[in-house]
Amino acid sequence: MAGKFQVSSSPHIRAKVTTSKIMLSVIIALLPAALFGVWLNGPYAALILILSVAAAVLTEYCYEKVTKGKITISDGSAALTGLLLGMNMPPRITWWMPVLGSVFAILVVKQFFGGLGQNFMNPALAGRCFLMLSFAGSMTNFNVADAAAAKIVDTVSGATPLAAIKAGETGNLLSMFLGTTKGTIGETSALLILIGGIFLICTKIISPRIPLVYLGTFAVFALIFGGHGFDLYYIACELCGGGIMLGAFFMATDYVTRPITVKGQYVYAVILGVMTGIFRIFGGSAEGTSYAIIFTNLFVPLIERATIPAGFGVVREKKKGGGAA
Amino acid sequence: MSAKKELTPNTPIERIYNGVAKENPVLVQMIGMCPLLAVTTSVSNGIGMGLTTMVVLVLSNILISLLRKVIPNSLRMPCYIGVIASFVTVTELSLKAYLPSLYEALGLYIPLIVVNCIIMGRAEAFAGKYPVVPAFFDGIGMGLGFTVGLVILGAVRELLGAGTLLGYHVLPASYQPINMFIMAPGAFFVLAIVIAIIQKRNAVKEEKAAAAAKKEREQILAATTGMAMSAGK
Repeated sequence: MAGKFQVSSSPHIRAKVTTSKIMLSVIIALLPAALFGVWLNGPYAALILILSVAAAVLTEYCYEKVTKGKITISDGSAALTGLLLGMNMPPRITWWMPVLGSVFAILVVKQFFGGLGQNFMNPALAGRCFLMLSFAGSMTNFNVADAAAAKIVDTVSGATPLAAIKAGETGNLLSMFLGTTKGTIGETSALLILIGGIFLICTKIISPRIPLVYLGTFAVFALIFGGHGFDLYYIACELCGGGIMLGAFFMATDYVTRPITVKGQYVYAVILGVMTGIFRIFGGSAEGTSYAIIFTNLFVPLIERATIPAGFGVVREKKKGGGAA
Repeated sequence: MSAKKELTPNTPIERIYNGVAKENPVLVQMIGMCPLLAVTTSVSNGIGMGLTTMVVLVLSNILISLLRKVIPNSLRMPCYIGVIASFVTVTELSLKAYLPSLYEALGLYIPLIVVNCIIMGRAEAFAGKYPVVPAFFDGIGMGLGFTVGLVILGAVRELLGAGTLLGYHVLPASYQPINMFIMAPGAFFVLAIVIAIIQKRNAVKEEKAAAAAKKEREQILAATTGMAMSAGK
């Protein structure tokens, strides 16, 4: 008799999905855009990517060694953070800046708050914003003044297409979609980022909910407040330019820093779209995706608290004065 | 229980040790955070703010301690504020007259010393209860402790954020300053890391003391049970 019943506590069915598999899939999905960035900007861009990944992994290893914790570098999350940070760097940045950014992202933003799953904002973006605040000049200098520049379709001003549009010029939509423009190493090609994003959606790593609602809200916001009237060409340029594609598919969907509840994810994506619109259209600089995402990350606990579903069979109490929502 | 010798309370040395190390206002009690975060963009600002606050703290401690039997208990807060505000005004006017550059650098944070919780806190916790001499040294100790905290924070931020110390270039010219450390977020990061290090040190110390005490107890226990067993035989 005793052999017939297996008694164990739930869960009884386990998926084969592990953290390292998820992280590996995201890294694979990022590779086309990253390799394109290297092809476009020359071998120095590859060095930047390698350095930021290596610095992120090494920082995680050293911190866990020093604090005698479990070594978690094999789950790939540190490598992913490093790769995302590297893809957010201008192609000719001084080599130690991405290293410093990676150390900051992993050490301060991730490990100080308890490691993977505990960070309150996206480490890669926090690292980028740290560098933006510290070295504003180097972080916004997208000039590629050597042979590699021949591949880049330049605008008259020599600025990024998004900055040129903000200044009143018309963007070249095809080059912005394909990615042969100025920008950070991994953000320029909307096409390759979309391919990576669709790969992640098909393999069910991410749901299309956050990226679509985010991009949709932003498009509507730009349509209303962009000052170009009903100009779909302008909207398409805004969507393909800057880091919004990379942010929408790879950073806003980060498991740790997005809301858990479905309703919450809609709220989160709408806030992201509005914030990006405000920063881009009313802000001082042409791009605001990274700030929009890390600010919205801070709202996530509030969003989750407000949208937590009632348990099965539980009737939610009508809100009384002063009740917690 | 603890092997460390305790200092006699309320002696000058004990008060100064208490203010600088044991109950350091910013690093242990975590009060006075507002000026700490705001003015520590450089070491010289830190020293200036620390010493200005110390002057006000010592003077207000003395006066409040002298008046402690006169001030009615229910009205002590307005009385303390009045005393502190007068000394802050005196200090502010003197700074404006004799150290105008420091006055410019600290700006709004000089009048804000009136509502600095360290000064209110010492008036409430110490000067209002104890005689003048310990209150005087309490002011010196707490003021020095505050200055120590400000200087540590100012030194780290100035070194990383500007590559200088007290205005002198101490890092090679090729060093590119990390501007964020001079800005507000840098203050929070540095403060958090400094406090974390100090807390860790204290926790390790306490753990060691607890382990030593436990060992001592076990030895006594072993000795007494051994005695009981041999007596039972």
